[in-house]
Amino acid sequence: MESNHQWPTWEVFTQKKQGAPHEHAGSVHAPDGEIALLNARDVYSRRQEGVNIWVVPSDAIIASSPEDAGAFFDPANDKMYRSPNFFKTADGLKQI
Amino acid sequence: MRRLVVTIILAKLIRPVIPMDINVKMDDLSEKENAFNDSIQAGKVIEPKDWMPEKYRKQLLRMMSQHAHSEVVGMLPEGNWISRAPSLARKAILIAKVQDEAGHGLYIYSAAETLGMDRSEMIDQLLSGKAKYSSIFNYPTLTWADIGAIGWLVDGAAIVNQTVLAKCSYGPYSRAMLRICREENFHNKQGYQILAYLMRGTQEQKDMAQDAMNRWWWPALMMFGPSDKESPNSADLLKWKVKLFTNDDLRQRFIDRTVEQAQAIGLKIPDDKLKWNEETRHYDFGEINWDEFFQVINGNGPCNKLRLKQRNDAHANGQWVRDAAKAYAAKKKVN
Ligand SMILES: [Fe+2]
Ligand SMILES: [Fe+2]
Ligand SMILES: [Fe+2]
Repeated sequence: MESNHQWPTWEVFTQKKQGAPHEHAGSVHAPDGEIALLNARDVYSRRQEGVNIWVVPSDAIIASSPEDAGAFFDPANDKMYRSPNFFKTADGLKQI
Repeated sequence: MRRLVVTIILAKLIRPVIPMDINVKMDDLSEKENAFNDSIQAGKVIEPKDWMPEKYRKQLLRMMSQHAHSEVVGMLPEGNWISRAPSLARKAILIAKVQDEAGHGLYIYSAAETLGMDRSEMIDQLLSGKAKYSSIFNYPTLTWADIGAIGWLVDGAAIVNQTVLAKCSYGPYSRAMLRICREENFHNKQGYQILAYLMRGTQEQKDMAQDAMNRWWWPALMMFGPSDKESPNSADLLKWKVKLFTNDDLRQRFIDRTVEQAQAIGLKIPDDKLKWNEETRHYDFGEINWDEFFQVINGNGPCNKLRLKQRNDAHANGQWVRDAAKAYAAKKKVN
């Protein structure tokens, strides 16, 4: 058997339709980007689920860490005024 | 303002750093575990880099790799009929179905890798015979009607199982299940249609369909696994929402929805004790032969050895493709 030389993993992002954002679909193994694209198409888009695919080497992705989520997202926590619901104005208006 | 300490760690999205809790005292660990249990009860979905108890990771990895292996080995009994499908349309459909199963295997391996084991290691475990896969695939496909019975009953049972798994607590597994569930209804319907057509045919065709039904019904019921009273991991898996219902619950759900479908095309369910129970609002059914189940699981089913050989052959026969792809990638790098 031949472990140890498994191909690197690539993260797959598919775009459902034009104008939509690319979404993470899963990963594939492939020796290079070209084959990663072909594998991604066969694995994640057999039913026209995508009009466009990105593949990215898995170790190129830098992710924030869940343990630090509190501190990391803290700058947004006390700025409720960024939401329009924060503002109470006059009652009974159709707009604003 | 609190001092902002943020460690942005460079880490693969899919491969978590498996925490080595060597320095953590037992108390801290159980405290962490309690918090983990509470968060699951509160409906939190666990992602690869979240802290998780080692046992949760192990159980999931075991379940998911077995599931992936089942998708892969499941291609073999059906692949057996691709070259003999009765029409070009049936052949194209069967190829698409089998290709889906390959995809299912890959979705789940990909999800399982987020728990820290390489796919190649899982595949080695399958090829060496160390890993388990669903015992249903150790039964032979003797006639074309078996292809109908597999799609309808085996994929039908898988749907019941997977629909529930799509709501499990581990994000990558649940997302893989959602994707799979969208594809399974095609598998289920194409199988049912094969049998429906046979049941409208000659007496010989009807007999062939009924014979397939007789051989696949009980093994399909066994797919849900033994009663939970006998499965030691069930309590943990239920607590962690890896499982949401017991094996018996899911089996009952499958029977209840399948009986009517059998009747609609004139197939008889091979169980004298099968009867609608007005009180429980479920079908009662006969005793499952668990001896047979354990025989098959432990390697003594009709096709265990054949399946392992076929899988190893397929892997070996694909070697040149993998070599060529590697050589091509290396050559392009040089240029
Ligand atoms: Fe499948
Ligand atoms: Fe299927
Ligand atoms: Fe499945």
